[in-house]
Amino acid sequence: MNLNYTAAEEAFRAEVRAFLEAELPADIRSKVRLGRRMQKDDLVRWQKILYRRGWGAGMWPQRYGGADWSVVEQHIFDEEAAAAGAPPQIAFALRMVAPVLMSFATAAQQNYFLPRIICGEDWWCQGYSEPGSGSDLASLRTSAVREGAHYRVTGQKTWNTLGQYADWIFCLVRTSSDARPQQGISFLLIDMKSPGITVRPIITIDGEHEINDIFFDNVQVPVENLVGEENKGWTYAKFLLSHERTNNAGIGNCKRALKRLKEIATRQSQNGRPLIEDSRFRDRIAQVELELMALEITNLRVLSAVSTESRAPGPEVSLLKIKGSEIIQQLAELQMHALGHDALPYLREALEVDWVPAPLLADHYAAFAPPLTGQYFNYRKTTIYAGSTEIQKNIISKLVLGL
Amino acid sequence: MDFRLTEEQLALQETLRRFIAKDYNFERRRSLARSPLGYSAQAWAQYAELGLLGLPYPEEFGGLGGSGVDIMAVMELVGQGLLLEPYVSTVVLCGGLLRDAAARAIKEALLPQIAAGKLQIALAAYEAAGRYELAHVASTAVRAAKGWRLTGRKSVVLDAPSADYFLVSARSSGKRTDAEGISLFLVRRDAPGLTLQAYPTQSGGRAADLHLQDVAIDDDAVIGAPERALPVIERAVDQGIAALCAEALGIVTALNEATLNYLKTRKQFGTVIGSFQALQHRMADMFIAAEQTRSMAIIAAIQAAGDEPATRRRAISGAKAYIGQAARFVGQQAVQLHGAMGVVDELNVSHYFKRLTMIDMTFGDADHHLARFSDALRVEAIGAAS
Repeated sequence: MNLNYTAAEEAFRAEVRAFLEAELPADIRSKVRLGRRMQKDDLVRWQKILYRRGWGAGMWPQRYGGADWSVVEQHIFDEEAAAAGAPPQIAFALRMVAPVLMSFATAAQQNYFLPRIICGEDWWCQGYSEPGSGSDLASLRTSAVREGAHYRVTGQKTWNTLGQYADWIFCLVRTSSDARPQQGISFLLIDMKSPGITVRPIITIDGEHEINDIFFDNVQVPVENLVGEENKGWTYAKFLLSHERTNNAGIGNCKRALKRLKEIATRQSQNGRPLIEDSRFRDRIAQVELELMALEITNLRVLSAVSTESRAPGPEVSLLKIKGSEIIQQLAELQMHALGHDALPYLREALEVDWVPAPLLADHYAAFAPPLTGQYFNYRKTTIYAGSTEIQKNIISKLVLGL
Repeated sequence: MDFRLTEEQLALQETLRRFIAKDYNFERRRSLARSPLGYSAQAWAQYAELGLLGLPYPEEFGGLGGSGVDIMAVMELVGQGLLLEPYVSTVVLCGGLLRDAAARAIKEALLPQIAAGKLQIALAAYEAAGRYELAHVASTAVRAAKGWRLTGRKSVVLDAPSADYFLVSARSSGKRTDAEGISLFLVRRDAPGLTLQAYPTQSGGRAADLHLQDVAIDDDAVIGAPERALPVIERAVDQGIAALCAEALGIVTALNEATLNYLKTRKQFGTVIGSFQALQHRMADMFIAAEQTRSMAIIAAIQAAGDEPATRRRAISGAKAYIGQAARFVGQQAVQLHGAMGVVDELNVSHYFKRLTMIDMTFGDADHHLARFSDALRVEAIGAAS
């Protein structure tokens, strides 16, 4: 048993830290730290900077331009990047569609798409959920009918994240209704500029536009854009999920939120004393910190087992998803509670980076209040998306416990 | 980074597993708990042969020079087998205290005897009015012509009835709760003026309240620096807590295994009850609690020997608080999912649950340690802001 990082890993951490110090643009860092609204350009710019450093896709194999990081190196990078105030990389491209392409796509598909992903040229989004197919994803109905050199795609996808920015969407579509629902699904890559696609914003609980409905009205998709074999899409989708869930714990993000929470609770005052002197409030912070302390080690245990046994992460990552999502929710909730009645104002403009607060607001509200209530509401999504907590518990009880 | 146990640690666990299956099954354990001694003298001798009783001492004192993780590996099995022998009291707490603080002559005299299974010592550090506070010492140590005289009461001294010696904290200066002014004395079981009120504990062990009336102590029986003993006592108790965390891990693991097995075999409404989603999700929560418990027990095992008190306390209190809560959840749910079978004496589930509960009540419960952790958090946060 040895919880220390190796000398090489520590050196890597120092290298990452120095890089972030030098290369992370101050305006992006500041947006992340203050919880201001991000634009597509911020995320693309950061991806291009990472790409220039050779870190566009840390865990991709070198033959695809990746850095070939171990899971531990990727963890170190994620932790440092979150601490420094770097935005997240867009997982839909790098961690979701890319591994599927590497494992199941043709050489032509790989050669076209992967370089454009890693350099930040193409933005990808995901077309999985449908109005009638949420946790029961295999019941999806968006159809793709083969007509010569094309599929004709008709249907509706929903809960699509940031599709308003996307150049491409990877979709699960129904190509057969003959057998079990899982057996008639195919994995299709669709150009978002195709005629017949409509993107309709869904405004979420925090008043923001992060997700969409996407309508497909007789959209023509070249058969070359089928990944792998027709009707085998469910297999690829499950493969994708196992990759998506490797960063499920979100330890770096949670640590940053905990640090921020302590800063806020130290600077907010209550009866002339810092809020953190109130043991009732402080004990709630302590309680979440304990969960995070345990989860950090649990996460490292999973990563380390994956790397020493050279295997893909198993169903135990469901526990990381459950705990990580609960912890970030609790931290967001406490951040909001730390504000007291400053949680009430709803100032959409305050999330813009160039917002200038009115003098009366400047002294109590502006420092950290603007994003926190919205974040609390927004983070209710974390126990719902990517396999809800209940689905994760089903996975644990079936695949880990054998019930 | 590597979370695996070494070959030696795994082999040690395997030996203990076989020992439990062969010599310490549940029925045997139940009869031992009811016996006058309250544990197995034969098992104690076997632990000595296996080297377990000298595990955390340097080789020069008859030990194996083991680490906190070695202790964790052993304690996990102590939990699984619900072993009753006074391992934590004698080997981890008192032996550890002597190792860290005693004069060389005392170490040479006592540690090899502990390692050989010929000597037991119990820690008498808590008092009734002090609850979990080690600094609360009202017992007095008064200078005498030759040595000291101790007077006072010590409450719930674990494993006292079988102990040959006690390590007793007593105060020679300062107020009742001052950190300074506390010394630690090695007191013989048969010292004139020392009386014991012995009793069994809820989880099968033995304990006693101690009454000291003018007990004469030689100067060379003072352990560590006079009036400055609190830090070494706290460090030893932190190591005891780490050991209890690992014991709790062993129990949580065993309870989950038993409960899962029950869900897969118990039938109601014509099907196994494990097919019901309400119970599946509860079991998933218990699995998660066990994994998180393991992580916290690892933190405790690695940090327990730390020399920097603030860092060590933060880790130990964090682990004890978390495991107190997680173990309470697993214990209560294991009973619940076993239905009425969970509350009968003849099934091991109730015994596991009682032991987990008493672990929480020993050396500070979850609330006590959450408060300590929270106080440390306050100091850090204010320090970071200024």
